[in-house]
Amino acid sequence: MLRLLSIVLLLAIWWIAALFVGGAKLPSPPAVLNVIIAEAASGALFLHLGATLARVALAFVLAMSVGSAIGYLMGRVKLADRLGDPWLILLLNLPALVVIVLAYVWAGLTEAAAIAAIAINKLPTAVVTLREGTRALDRSLDEMATVFAMPRWRAFRHVVLPQLAPYIAASARSGLSLVWKIVLVAELLGRPNGVGFEIGVAFQLFDTPRLLAYSLTFAAVVLVIETALVQPFEARATRWRPRAA
Amino acid sequence: MRLEVEITGKTYESAAGGTHEVLSPMKLALQSGEVGVLIGPSGCGKSTMLRIILGLDRDFEGHVARPPEARIGMVFQEPRLLPWRSVEQNIRLAAPNASDAKLSELFKILELEAHRSHFPGELSLGLARRVALARAFAVEPDLLVLDEPLASLDDALAGRLRDEIATLVASRPVMTLLVTHSLDDAIRLGDRLFFLSPRPARIVQEVPVTIPRAERSEAELARIKAELAVLPLESK
Repeated sequence: MLRLLSIVLLLAIWWIAALFVGGAKLPSPPAVLNVIIAEAASGALFLHLGATLARVALAFVLAMSVGSAIGYLMGRVKLADRLGDPWLILLLNLPALVVIVLAYVWAGLTEAAAIAAIAINKLPTAVVTLREGTRALDRSLDEMATVFAMPRWRAFRHVVLPQLAPYIAASARSGLSLVWKIVLVAELLGRPNGVGFEIGVAFQLFDTPRLLAYSLTFAAVVLVIETALVQPFEARATRWRPRAA
Repeated sequence: MRLEVEITGKTYESAAGGTHEVLSPMKLALQSGEVGVLIGPSGCGKSTMLRIILGLDRDFEGHVARPPEARIGMVFQEPRLLPWRSVEQNIRLAAPNASDAKLSELFKILELEAHRSHFPGELSLGLARRVALARAFAVEPDLLVLDEPLASLDDALAGRLRDEIATLVASRPVMTLLVTHSLDDAIRLGDRLFFLSPRPARIVQEVPVTIPRAERSEAELARIKAELAVLPLESK
């Protein structure tokens, strides 16, 4: 309820600001809504949103699975940590733009290059978070699993994974927001469709209503996915914990 | 089955540097059906001994002969339950082969029936300890290791659980190793009492209790206690 109120407040501020600034620079909410409806009617909106979401999904899954596996390994094996750490620091501090441009230069303006570039941007944060989670694993529970001769997979699933779940959820949360941001840049620079491409077109034409139409729809989709998917997962992963007051 | 432990030395390096001797050379053996009791002052190295015997700590000099197929049931000093699994899941994960009937019986004996679906965070320490006992019993162990299992329980419950341990030990050929501070628990349950010195621990005296557990009357227990009182044990 409070959330809804805060969104209404945002819309009100926007509308008032639009009245002062005027049409071309900041169109009013109904003007933007008209563009959204027109784009939706023509099907272009769904095509571009779909293309962007597919890239997000692929890059996110790729980065999370590979990053979690590397992070777990680095948290468990000292040698892997020593070897991987310099790479990790390099990747963490490499600007997204550099990775994207290099990917396009080396692999051509292809879908694979775009997805790989997005995934590589997200990868190091997943590694860092999961490495921390792995380092924080409770040794005494490991010992318990060893003494009771739990098979590896059962111990991993019931002893290790629940301890990592909050870290995976946190990494998914921050990772998704990172991917949302980077995917548009990758599309702007080298894809013929997607929300980022459309925003690039709107920028070249200084078409603010179109720019806002695409970015707001995109933001709405992000919000829905965050509340419908990420937050329930986070709540489930931590349900055994006593509730914060 | 037989457990043989021969430790010739165990040292550890502290964070500040410097090597500390934790265990002195010692030897102990246990047969199926026997209860060995380790009695010693706090911090003397009992837990280190247990970790070595359980195979959790391999960084020592000496040899532990433990049948490789031996199932181990362990009650740690802290309950060490999985906070994200219910009481029943905690037990089933450690003892996947335990039958429903067996679990029901254990829950009944340990008065845990009402707590089957609770999470460990919702239990008092006393209850959590009982769950840890149920878990160790549920695996039907060949080697049962109990690290102060009755600490922080009230006398009545501790007495009942002590009887349960005795019943379990009698019902199956199990080697039991009990760590305790309570001389009373030691002489009621033990077949061999190992009195340990302060750190670095060594076995000061090994005292066998020859009367079968079931036949130890209060008078007998008092007599054993009196006999022990005469011995020059540093650890009493």
